[in-house]
Amino acid sequence: MSDIAIRVEHLSKQYHIGRKQEKYRTLRDTLAEAFVAPFRRAGRLLRGQATGAAELSETIWALRDVSFEVKRGEVIGIIGRNGAGKSTLLKILSRITEPTEGYAEIHGRVGSLLEVGTGFHNELTGRENIYLNGAILGMKRAEIDRKFDEIVAFAEVEKFIDTPVKHYSSGMYLRLAFAVAAHLEPEILLVDEVLAVGDAAFQKKCLGKMEDVAQEGRTVLFVSHNMSAVQALCPRTILLRQGQVALDGPTESVVREYLANLTEGAEQALEDNPERTGSGGVYLTAARVLDETHQPTRHLIAGRPASFELHYRNLIGAKRANVAMTIYNHLGIAVTNCDTVLTGFSVEEMGPEGILTCHIPNLPFPIGQYYVAVAIYVNGKQMDLVPNALVFDVDSSTFFKNGRTPKVRYCACMVSHQWQHETTNHR
Amino acid sequence: MLKSLGRRTAADMLMPSRADEVPVIRIEPSRGWVSLKLRELWEYRELLYFLVWRDVKVRYKQTVLGAAWAIIQPFFTMVVFSLFFGKLAKMPSDGIPYPIFSYAALVPWSFFSRGLNQASNSLVGSARLIKKVYFPRLAIPIATVLSGVVDFLLAFLVLLGMMLAYGIVPTINVLWLPFFLLLALITSLGVSLWLSAMNVQFRDVRYTVPFITQFWLFATPIAYPSSLIENPWLRTLYGINPMTGVVEGFRWALLGANTAPGPIVAVSSLVALALLVSGAYYFRRMERTFADVV
Repeated sequence: MSDIAIRVEHLSKQYHIGRKQEKYRTLRDTLAEAFVAPFRRAGRLLRGQATGAAELSETIWALRDVSFEVKRGEVIGIIGRNGAGKSTLLKILSRITEPTEGYAEIHGRVGSLLEVGTGFHNELTGRENIYLNGAILGMKRAEIDRKFDEIVAFAEVEKFIDTPVKHYSSGMYLRLAFAVAAHLEPEILLVDEVLAVGDAAFQKKCLGKMEDVAQEGRTVLFVSHNMSAVQALCPRTILLRQGQVALDGPTESVVREYLANLTEGAEQALEDNPERTGSGGVYLTAARVLDETHQPTRHLIAGRPASFELHYRNLIGAKRANVAMTIYNHLGIAVTNCDTVLTGFSVEEMGPEGILTCHIPNLPFPIGQYYVAVAIYVNGKQMDLVPNALVFDVDSSTFFKNGRTPKVRYCACMVSHQWQHETTNHR
Repeated sequence: MLKSLGRRTAADMLMPSRADEVPVIRIEPSRGWVSLKLRELWEYRELLYFLVWRDVKVRYKQTVLGAAWAIIQPFFTMVVFSLFFGKLAKMPSDGIPYPIFSYAALVPWSFFSRGLNQASNSLVGSARLIKKVYFPRLAIPIATVLSGVVDFLLAFLVLLGMMLAYGIVPTINVLWLPFFLLLALITSLGVSLWLSAMNVQFRDVRYTVPFITQFWLFATPIAYPSSLIENPWLRTLYGINPMTGVVEGFRWALLGANTAPGPIVAVSSLVALALLVSGAYYFRRMERTFADVV
């Protein structure tokens, strides 16, 4: 018996995405196309070449030549930006979708957890859903029988076990769903971001359960955006970037590299950033952070002024727009939101290009790394949303005059405050 | 329900544990026609069972009449047919009272058409499952068609009642009945495999299924007997529609219609098997794109 649990060799996955829409077509072309297309598609279907009703010309590589090995009992984190191929990798390893090239070998029983509560049916009771969901996740009936009480206890739904789950609160529903999944006992476990659901207490419980699983000597592949969870669970981490393995090694150094590379330098050119959504009529072309002397930087000091410059281009001649900026800390927690709607500011006469500046007079963030997501709205419609438009570090603090800062684990955002005291000993 | 789950535990435990063997799965792109992997499907039989059980449990939830719907559909079709075809058009019925003549055909027909309707949408309806969990996808349409057996049994009880009322005693031929039910199941599943796999890529299928069932209803000797075709060769050829074999088989087995359907049934069985096998291969071939496209 070899000690390899997963071997991935030159794995690639190509997706077809729809062709970009042509701008102008005559009615005649459109009509002719409408008549001919169904036959062309039917022909393709019968030849077994169909890959969907969309035209097939545009393709992207979600994974490109990925190779790595996982030893039995290893717990590995997989990190990367949105669209880096993490979920595609897990989907291939769980056999949900096929690779386009390369292969993977899996030695042992696989359980994959890409979502909790898959296959739950609202009309069925908690008890019935445990059996159904268990079977869907690959548990044998005898196994579910054996673990039934444990699952119910973990989910804390004893009283409602014979109530249809449609009457459950969303918290109960999630707890039950996770409880079933958590009692899956395969040799190899593939987990995708399931901890990102539920309230803080529930997440803590899930994380605890994941730690148990990791310590039982099972092989785990754990995809997450939550860097502290990855650091807590996984000794080794693989960083994916644009479908390729960018880094593979001890978690601490991989996470550091990932965070450092999220954006380099003070200015971020965003023109070609693929990681964005929105209709694109008005879009962000660049963003930068300025310190109190109006110099571009990525290092800021808490308690001092800072500005965020957002450069936009307006293709649709929009007059007014609203812009929102959400600042996230290294745990992915939104620390604050700066929104033109909140301050009542409105952009009049946008023009074809321009710069919007958001000024924070007294930066209240504790020491750490921060990410800024920027969204532009015109008439309530999302024009552009760039999740990681900017990154900056807060290196030191003068927020409190003595230069002290609260410990990060007690503080996401600093607040000016005063204390006062009187004695109440009246006798 | 769950008590019965508990009872099977002991049997499961008797099965030899194969935990020490390490199964190796190789994941790679498949090309061309792929194997049906029936063995894997067998290993997932418990999931199949749970999917059938879910369908049956959920089907008539939040309906006023509940399982009565399984009877209402074929029964009222029978009433309408008896009125228009039996009374007004004076359709011949092989010497059997027309209501029971048509109802004996409508019971397996309802099973077939219901299975076809639901199974052809089953993959699209299970999109979330397909995108998030691996299991043999064949289990989905198979479970949907199988769950119709419960409805069939309910409608069949009414058929037995009608036979009692009309004083019809089945002959020894009734032993063949399970075979004809199986034939209906195979036909329904065979067509559903084709349609459900196509439906993943082309939602047009959803709109064609009602047409198909409607045409098929009149192409099957339900409102009329196949003995209207006098030429024995042509009549045998009629078996190319597998539902002809099913319907004539039901009448022969239950009502003792003296129409000796042997050749028709033979042709029907061959066609049904061909549909099933070709459907299964087509399904497996398209399966690789399901999760990406559905």
